[in-house]
Amino acid sequence: MNTKVMLAGVELKNPVMTASGTFGSGAEYSEFYDLSALGAVVTKGVANAPWAGNPTPRIAETRGGMLNAIGLQNPGIDVFIKRDLPFLKKYDTKIIVNVCGKTVEDYCAVVERLSAEPVDLLEINVSCPNVKEGGIAFGQDPKALEAITREVKKYAIQPVIMKLSPNVTDITEMAKAAESGGADVLSLINTITGMKIDIHRRTFAIANKTGGMSGPAVKPVAVRMVYQTAQAVKLPIIGMGGICNAEDAVEFILAGASAVSVGTANFANPYAAREVAQGLEAYMRKYQVEDIRELVGAVR
Amino acid sequence: MKYRESAAVVEQRQIAADIYSLWIRTERIAEEAGPGQFLSLYSKDDSRMLPRPISICEIDREGKRIRMVYRVAGKGTEEFSRLQAGDHIEVLGPLGNGFPLNTGKKKAVLMGGGIGIPPMVQLARELETEEVQVIAGYRDELFLTDELAAGGGLCIATEDGSAGTKGNVLDAVREQDVTADVIYACGPMPMLRAVKAYAQEKGIECWISMEERMACGIGACLACVCQSKEVDSHTHVHNKRVCKDGPVFLSTEVEL
Repeated sequence: MNTKVMLAGVELKNPVMTASGTFGSGAEYSEFYDLSALGAVVTKGVANAPWAGNPTPRIAETRGGMLNAIGLQNPGIDVFIKRDLPFLKKYDTKIIVNVCGKTVEDYCAVVERLSAEPVDLLEINVSCPNVKEGGIAFGQDPKALEAITREVKKYAIQPVIMKLSPNVTDITEMAKAAESGGADVLSLINTITGMKIDIHRRTFAIANKTGGMSGPAVKPVAVRMVYQTAQAVKLPIIGMGGICNAEDAVEFILAGASAVSVGTANFANPYAAREVAQGLEAYMRKYQVEDIRELVGAVR
Repeated sequence: MKYRESAAVVEQRQIAADIYSLWIRTERIAEEAGPGQFLSLYSKDDSRMLPRPISICEIDREGKRIRMVYRVAGKGTEEFSRLQAGDHIEVLGPLGNGFPLNTGKKKAVLMGGGIGIPPMVQLARELETEEVQVIAGYRDELFLTDELAAGGGLCIATEDGSAGTKGNVLDAVREQDVTADVIYACGPMPMLRAVKAYAQEKGIECWISMEERMACGIGACLACVCQSKEVDSHTHVHNKRVCKDGPVFLSTEVEL
C-alpha cells in the first residue's frame, strides 16, 4: 500500500499536513505525538520581523467552527530560523514554512533568508483576511497575485505554494493567475471572512470585528473550490477547510487534492492530524486502494 | 505532561444559581495537577469544537479525582452541567503554570471574586506560607464557604450586603484590616485591576490568575494573549499566552 505523494518534486510519506496557524511550529503538539507521523508540518506565518498581532478577543466559536483574527502574531524570521527550524529538523517530516508580509519586498526578504535553510517547501500567505496591509490585498486581485508569485519565485530556491483566499468571486481565476506567475503548488482554502455579534454585550465577538471562519462548517465550500481549481489548473493542490477525520480528507482528495491539511480540528483534538493520517490507511485497506494517488481527482 | 483522557464523572451537583460542582476521576491528570492550573473540557456536540477552559477547585491525588466548580455561561457549560455520575467527558490537562506555592513569605491573602473563587480552595490547602487568609467576594449567593474556611481564616464580602462585608474583596480587606505579605487573586478584570493597584500601593507581591478566550489551550494558536511588561518567550513581543505562560502572572508582569 502506498501513501506517498509528490508535491513539486518533494516526496511526502503521506498526504497529511497541518494548516498554517493552527499548529505553531509543532512544539506544542510534539508533547502529544511524534510529528514524524505527518507528511509535513506547515508552520504558522513567518514575517521578516516580529508581529504583535491583533487585540483580544481574537477568536469566537461559531456553530461547527470558529472565527479567528489573530493577526499573524509571529516572532519573525530570525527567531524562527534559530529556534523553530532546528526543532522541526529533529522529525522525519517535511517542513513547509508559511511566509507572510506587508509588501512584496517583505515576502521576498523572508523567502531569500529561507533559501539557505533546510526547508522543503514555501507557502506564501496572500490570503490572510485579518491584517490590513499585505496579505489579502495580494490574494483578491489576479494581477497582484500573479505579480507577487513571479517576484517570490525569483528569490525562492524551494518550490512555492501559493495559498488562495476563498473570499473571491471566482477561485479559478486566482488559481490561473498563480499558475501563470510560476507557482508550483496551490493550497486552499484560507479562512472565509465572517462576523459574530455578542448580543449580550451588544458588540463584536472579536476585537477585529471580522475574522476568518474555519472548521467543519466551511468544508463544503472548500471541497467545491478544490474541485473547481483542480479542473482549471494543472498544479498539484493541497486541500483544506474543516477536515476533522479521514473521511473528510478523502473527500478533498477525490475532489482533486494531492495532499490535505488539518487545521481547526487540532484545537478540538490535539491528535487530529495524526488520526487523519492513520484513518487514510484504514480507508485504503477497506476499499483495497493500492496507491493513494489513484484517489486524487477521481471524482469528476 | 499533558494528557487527554476520557474522564469518568464521579459526582455533579448544583451548589448555587448557575454554579455547578463536578468531580471527575482521571487516569493521570490529578496526580500531576496543581492549584491554579486548569483543564480543557470538550463538548460531545460536534457543533461546539473548542474546549472550555475550567479551573481546578480541588485535587484528590490519591483518589485520582479532580473537582471543578464552574458557572453555566453558555451551551457548552450547560451541556457539562447535565453530566451525571458514570458519564464520561473528554478532558485535557493539567494546563497552565499554576500558582507558586513557596514564595518565602509569611502571610498569604487569597482573594477570589465570583467564579474566580474555586481555585482558592486547593491553593489554600497547598500554600507553604505560615498563615493563610481567604477573602471571597460574591454577588449575593454564597458557595464553597465550608471548603474555604477549612483552608484558613475566611472573610466574606457580598455586593448586596447579605453576608459579610457589603462590597467587594478590597472592601473586606479594609474593613477587617487584613494585612498580607503576598496576595493571590482570581476574579473578574475590574477586581484584578483593583487588587493589582492595592498591592502596588502597599508594596505587596501579588499573583493574579487571568482569563482570556482560548482555542487550543496549549500555547499554539496565540488567541489568548495578554499584554506583558517583559518581552514574551514565544514571539519576543509583549504578548504572554494566558494558557501556557499563565494563567498565573505576577501582577507587575502584565498590563490589565
